[in-house]
Amino acid sequence: MVSIRETHNLSAQVQPDSLGRFGRFGGKYVPETLMPALTELEAAYAQYRVDPSFQAELQQLLHDYVGRPTPLYFAERLTQHYQRPDGTGAQIYLKREDLNHTGAHKINNALAQVLLAKRMGKQRIIAETGAGQHGVATATVCARFGLQCIVYMGIHDMERQALNVFRMRLMGTEVRPVEAGTGTLKDATSEAIRDWVTNVESTHYILGSVAGPHPYPMMVRDFHAVIGTETRAQCQQKWGGLPDILLACVGGGSNAIGMFYEFVNEPTVRLIGVEAAGEGVSTAKHAATLTQGRIGVLHGAMSYLLQDEDGQVVEAHSISAGLDYPGVGPEHSYLKDIGRGEYYSVTDAQALDAFKNLAQLEGIIPALETAHAIAYLDILCPQLSGSPRIVINCSGRGDKDVQTVVKLGTVISDE
Amino acid sequence: MISDRFQSLRSRQECALIPFITAGDPYLETTAEALYILDRHGADFIELGVPYADPLADGPVIQAAATRALQRGTRLEQVLEMVATVSPNLKAPLILFTYYNPILNRGVRAFCQQIASAGVRGLVVPDLPLEEATELIQAAADSGIETTLLVAPTSSPERIAAIARQSQGFIYLVSVTGVTGVRSHLQERVKTLLTDMRRITDKPIGVGFGISGAEQARQVKDWGADAAIVGSAFVKHLAAANSTEGLQAIAQLCRELKAAVTTTSLMVNS
Repeated sequence: MVSIRETHNLSAQVQPDSLGRFGRFGGKYVPETLMPALTELEAAYAQYRVDPSFQAELQQLLHDYVGRPTPLYFAERLTQHYQRPDGTGAQIYLKREDLNHTGAHKINNALAQVLLAKRMGKQRIIAETGAGQHGVATATVCARFGLQCIVYMGIHDMERQALNVFRMRLMGTEVRPVEAGTGTLKDATSEAIRDWVTNVESTHYILGSVAGPHPYPMMVRDFHAVIGTETRAQCQQKWGGLPDILLACVGGGSNAIGMFYEFVNEPTVRLIGVEAAGEGVSTAKHAATLTQGRIGVLHGAMSYLLQDEDGQVVEAHSISAGLDYPGVGPEHSYLKDIGRGEYYSVTDAQALDAFKNLAQLEGIIPALETAHAIAYLDILCPQLSGSPRIVINCSGRGDKDVQTVVKLGTVISDE
Repeated sequence: MISDRFQSLRSRQECALIPFITAGDPYLETTAEALYILDRHGADFIELGVPYADPLADGPVIQAAATRALQRGTRLEQVLEMVATVSPNLKAPLILFTYYNPILNRGVRAFCQQIASAGVRGLVVPDLPLEEATELIQAAADSGIETTLLVAPTSSPERIAAIARQSQGFIYLVSVTGVTGVRSHLQERVKTLLTDMRRITDKPIGVGFGISGAEQARQVKDWGADAAIVGSAFVKHLAAANSTEGLQAIAQLCRELKAAVTTTSLMVNS
């Protein structure tokens, strides 16, 4: 069984400094009211991450409730799809985070944070959600532990993700619609922070990505690092080596960092993050923060940010509600700047093709977020020689997105 | 300088009134008018909010004002042009209230020089806590701008002491655990905090977030504050009526509030 490792075992280069910075990125850009809460959270996390009873409870729940470890699946038909006439081509594996309870990787973090919140004596939980996967994961663990739960969600996302809104409400969570801005993840996050500023003494904020002020980017990464540690063990078991390429979608970047982190110090492993190019990075409608953004501050952290020439945060666009975010986790910005991570983008249309492709080749309907990572194979595979092993983080399942795709009416035809 | 003016207010045992308005709501011309009016009707300093797309320390009233201003195309450049025209004619020093990203976007040093040449004297950045503020405080000081830091009801005594040491012009005591906006009652905690802060600093203390009316303004004055900062109530007036009525309303509110924080000295004088 893998467990969250202790700081001293890890390379210093991917640990934030005392101000919570990865290089120049990260930090704590929040109203003073929240600073004591962040200090309290840092202290609690430092204590419980090495606490055997906390770890034992977490590991057991990850195993029995979440369903870990998730399989590393060899995608045979997808592999054949990209095979060259001479029989070479990428060997494609899927890390099946979609098989987790609630259908995405998000449950790893929500579960761990709710255990932490309970130990901190917090009875009220708030969260933000875009696609609803983090909201559902948080609603689930709050139901499991009998805690009051309020989830902020943009009104536009509530429409796109009606199924997940229903699931959250069914589990007793109050879903609060956010009308500000574009009614998407950025606005839901701001509203959750406002709630936290107001109710900080009774409330724990289960932030859903590797974004936000320190210690969230580090803590959420650690809670998802189980994805990468399992992957390493499974690769070892299947072929006795490391993967050559890791591929994951990046909105805030939690599933990607969860997979990458284990391999950051393995120079032979390429780390590739795929952002949402929406209608194209040359248009105003995309969410390709690392590709197109400039350094800025959003939701408490310094990172790459989509902003206009005045430093106003601009609206992001993606067909995928989970990628529709103008910021990105600070550790990704750092990995990009030091050249350790590679970040590219694919459009809505390319993601929709991949959505359909994976369904028809493998019988797996991926989340539209995940479909972005799959779609990059079209670009990546022709560039590769030999038969490198690619592991794609299949971060979530696509049930929630079926209505979105049906409405577009363009993808499915009788072929 | 902000601190100089506080000194002279203090020598007269006067509590300052600091109204806040959002630049560009409803129009930038109205904002210019409003600055003159507040200056004439009792404002000792004026806090001018730069509209920002993601104002996470603000409640619904100021957030909506910022959204309207941005939708009308208000840009920092224009705000500063307006300030440059208006500020030479104001007695009350101007304090700019802005989130950090627009500052970072221009470059900390360039931003400070630019606002200083427009006539701004002070700076409040609600999402920049002490730990992240060093660079800005230095750059601002080099341009003759005083950067005021915020203290919250949740701040520990150690943090309060450290913030008080670094804060310039005055110390901004946030009176509620929460975002900006009108509250019906002020927390008694503010009284305790003011008493505690008095023991560790002789810098002026302004109390804001949640003060809307004369009674609350008088309350913070009686608790020993050097300034009462009132935002949402002014912003509401400017947003609710047509501009003429809005401007009349803020003139009246400003007079009432100033009277409330100077009751004692008026009585002494009369």
